[in-house]
Amino acid sequence: MAEFTLRLRRYDPESGDAPYWEEHTVDLEPHRSVLEGILQAKDRFDGSIGIRCSCRAAICGSCGVRINGQPDLACHTHLGRAEKRSKDGVIEVEPMGNMPVIKDLIVDMEAVHWKKIRRVTPWLIAKQPVPEREYIVPRESMVDVTQSMACIQCGACVSDCLSMEVDPEFIGPAALAKAYRFVGDPRDDQHFERLKDLAEDPHGIYDCTHCFQCISACPKGVAPMNQIMRLRRRAGNDFKIEDRNNGERHEHAFASLIKQYGLLAEAEILPRSYGGDTPLAKFKPSAAAELASSLPSIAKALLRRKVTPAAVLKPHRLARQDLGQIKRIYDEVEGREERAEFNIYISGKDEDR
Amino acid sequence: MLAHDVLIIGAGLAGQRAALAAAESGATVAIMSKVHPVRSHSVAAAGGINAAIAVDDDWTEHATDTVKGSDYLGDQDAIEVMCSEAPGEAMHLEHIGVTFHRNETGELDLRAFGGASKKRTAYVADITGQAILHVLYEQLMRHEVAVERFEEWFATSLILDADGHCAGAVARDIRSGAMEIFNAKSVILANGGNGQCYKPTTNALICTGDGISQAYRVGCPIMDMEMVQYHPTTLAENGFLITEGARGEGAHLLNSEGERFMEKYAPNKMELASRDVVSRAEQTEINEGRGVGAHGQGIYLDVTVVPKKRVLEALREIVNIGRDFAGTDITREPIVIRPGQHYIMGGVKTDVDGRTPITGLYAAGEVACVSVHGGNRLGANSLLDTLIFGRRSGEHAAQRGRQLTMPKAPASRLRADAEMIAAIIERPREGRRISEIKDELGTTMNEYVAVYRDEEGLTKAHEVVQRLKEQAGKAYVDDRGSVFNQDVLGALELGYMLDCAEATIVSAIDRKESRGAQFRLDHPERDDEQWLKHINVTRGADGEPELSYSEVTITKWQPEVRKY
Ligand SMILES: Cc1cc2nc3c(=O)[nH]c(=O)nc-3n(C[C@H](O)[C@H](O)[C@H](O)COP(=O)(O)OP(=O)(O)OC[C@H]3O[C@@H](n4cnc5c(N)ncnc54)[C@H](O)[C@@H]3O)c2cc1C
Ligand code: SF4
Ligand code: SF4
Ligand code: FES
Repeated sequence: MAEFTLRLRRYDPESGDAPYWEEHTVDLEPHRSVLEGILQAKDRFDGSIGIRCSCRAAICGSCGVRINGQPDLACHTHLGRAEKRSKDGVIEVEPMGNMPVIKDLIVDMEAVHWKKIRRVTPWLIAKQPVPEREYIVPRESMVDVTQSMACIQCGACVSDCLSMEVDPEFIGPAALAKAYRFVGDPRDDQHFERLKDLAEDPHGIYDCTHCFQCISACPKGVAPMNQIMRLRRRAGNDFKIEDRNNGERHEHAFASLIKQYGLLAEAEILPRSYGGDTPLAKFKPSAAAELASSLPSIAKALLRRKVTPAAVLKPHRLARQDLGQIKRIYDEVEGREERAEFNIYISGKDEDR
Repeated sequence: MLAHDVLIIGAGLAGQRAALAAAESGATVAIMSKVHPVRSHSVAAAGGINAAIAVDDDWTEHATDTVKGSDYLGDQDAIEVMCSEAPGEAMHLEHIGVTFHRNETGELDLRAFGGASKKRTAYVADITGQAILHVLYEQLMRHEVAVERFEEWFATSLILDADGHCAGAVARDIRSGAMEIFNAKSVILANGGNGQCYKPTTNALICTGDGISQAYRVGCPIMDMEMVQYHPTTLAENGFLITEGARGEGAHLLNSEGERFMEKYAPNKMELASRDVVSRAEQTEINEGRGVGAHGQGIYLDVTVVPKKRVLEALREIVNIGRDFAGTDITREPIVIRPGQHYIMGGVKTDVDGRTPITGLYAAGEVACVSVHGGNRLGANSLLDTLIFGRRSGEHAAQRGRQLTMPKAPASRLRADAEMIAAIIERPREGRRISEIKDELGTTMNEYVAVYRDEEGLTKAHEVVQRLKEQAGKAYVDDRGSVFNQDVLGALELGYMLDCAEATIVSAIDRKESRGAQFRLDHPERDDEQWLKHINVTRGADGEPELSYSEVTITKWQPEVRKY
């Protein structure tokens, strides 16, 4: 047995008082979970501590919290490890972010998370006619969607999604991972419609900033950001959906710049996103509205000297031999007949691959 | 007051399936759950669901295995219904979106499971329950006009009208603390089991027998309560489940001498004999000093004999459980397991349409006892049970509602429950803590009402439970608020658990034979002459359990000696 001190964020909506911190010391083996620690405090000292929990085994998705500032499941975090990662030897537990707090560690998942899930038409729209027995589909495709099926709707990814902090309307990592579950499912009949919808929505697939936060937050290896990237590839490459927000062209601009220069010539990203693939390409009229809304950020970029007028005229690039290597990578990847998707669920972790 | 044709209490697989079926049959439906539906315990079901869909399989073989698995205590008419409807149900799940794994030709893949003569278990990696539960919830979202959801509502009691027919339930909105009457023409209980009566258990914290106890308190009989399943492979560390799928994929059980000891107990089926058989074998090895791990109280489960790629693809969740909760990499070394409480075969007595002896009251899923599992449930038959009888209850209740007007639900029940909750909150801080009582209950049950039982131990357990009942009536809570007062709900749950535990103990004392999960050291033989019958428990006028018996329905399988 060992002693661990927990610092819990308490909030009683009926008291009229502001949230506060409260410490409890518990007595458990280091490999027991933070949830067991909290439940011991609840059992022994104060039954009024509020936390949702049920399975204790990281499968029901109830106990999402922030531990030492990082989102995770309380039942999926060892006390010993949490203590090591704490700033002062006290394990700090607080409610998840991006969602209103109801009481103590309990947040309003319905108001944020579930609303967003419902946004993505979260049910199979089955191909017709429905066969008498099962749909015959490739083995791999079912293993593939199982990665997003493994989502337990805990909200940990939503808690710390950077884009959602900036844009609360962003559909967000969990709901978009859910969308992939249908787009990747060969039995679904609406792949194009779903993708078009999610691409056109200004809070949709192109609203994610690739911050990786959701990948590191997810306790189930769902890797929501990867699912979002797959949605983008399906939308852009497979269905050639050119969204009104210009997200697809923006992404394309990134890729074409790297191919050409080996570096991200920031100055050219916006012109390319809104025009063609060369600095002089003609402006795409459909992008006008979105460009207008980007003008403030272009101005900011100029002000912060991220972009200098001179640089636009003289783009930087890698040395010739390095560029050659980059070209070879592109040729190799683009030359493949099928796009290879990396699926953690099949490949396992690190050395298991 | 809210009023619906059908009220469903519980939103696990049984409840959600019932709701969708009732709505499809045209009823107005309310479904209520004390946790968000996808947090229901069905989410934890790992291994899969049985259905005779292979070309070389037939539902009668599935039924034969189930009857034998039940140690002939299962009702054969109900088993026939379940097994014959299984293939259709599996296909229905497939069509609404469950991502069942496929074989190389793109058809549903099947895995081996305990007690089965064929590969018959459809699966989604080892998250089958989760996949099905989430897909049903997708359908609930799709049909949100037809099915009204009450998420995080806690039912506190059932309401009977003047004729003794079920007329609805009282429930508390956990988020606000408000109490409401849910008036309904029919109520379907789908509250799940009562595994929390045991410590340790594979069951979630919410499995507290609420539905069984609430039905019992309004006079409904509960049946087969002595039949409590111990799963052969639970983590020695903390009681978490290691799915039977592991043995289905070929994993071995080894004792401290490195022996595959199942050779001695079930030479044909080995590790894949019925759960009661394997659990007893393990317990015997442990008792005779051939256990492993801390105090020799465990057994090795060796998954390393299964190809690693297959483990990572099909047993991913237990790789995680091993790593996160036991510090063991199951792809490299054996993991220490032991038998642990897992499932209750008993529950609220119903017929094949989910009807209980109380008019208007139905039950389906683990809360119910049809009885398709009899003395021992086969792995992957429970998910099937929840879905088949969930659907049948939903359809029947919807049908029944068509000819009825809304029954009267007296408001006095609401007042009584509100007062009872207020009284618990007001209790002086004198008695014991709820958590202490729950703990003592769990350890007592696990000691005396487990794999091996005898009169002396059972009697001791009964005394403990009677004392705990007294103490529970005075136990105090800390939380005095209305919003998310989990403390006061814990006090109610403790009461439900004590009812269930008592019914289990008195039935176990009464059954003086060994059958299925009940093994009496003092009566080690099965006795078909005396005991080929169900024990029913009802609540007597004095509040004490009363026992009676009902016949086991036998259609075409005569009891035989059971060998694996
Ligand atoms: C770890 C584990 C693995 C398993 N694996 C398998 C498997 O592979 N195959 C198989 O066939 N079976 C398996 N089982 C058994 C199976 O999962 C369960 O028996 C089955 O899921 C029970 O489903 P249910 O719908 O009856 O109840 P549950 O899923 O337990 O749902 C109960 C519902 O009732 C609600 N509820 C309860 N009380 C109240 C109340 N007072 N007020 C309001 N709502 C209430 C809950 O909120 C919940 O929604 C497994 C069980 C465990 C523990
Ligand atoms: S990668 Fe995208 S979805 Fe994920 S947390 Fe960052 S912004 Fe949000
Ligand atoms: S994607 Fe992962 S972190 Fe996000 S809700 Fe699902 S399981 Fe939780
Ligand atoms: S308690 Fe179920 S996920 Fe933590």
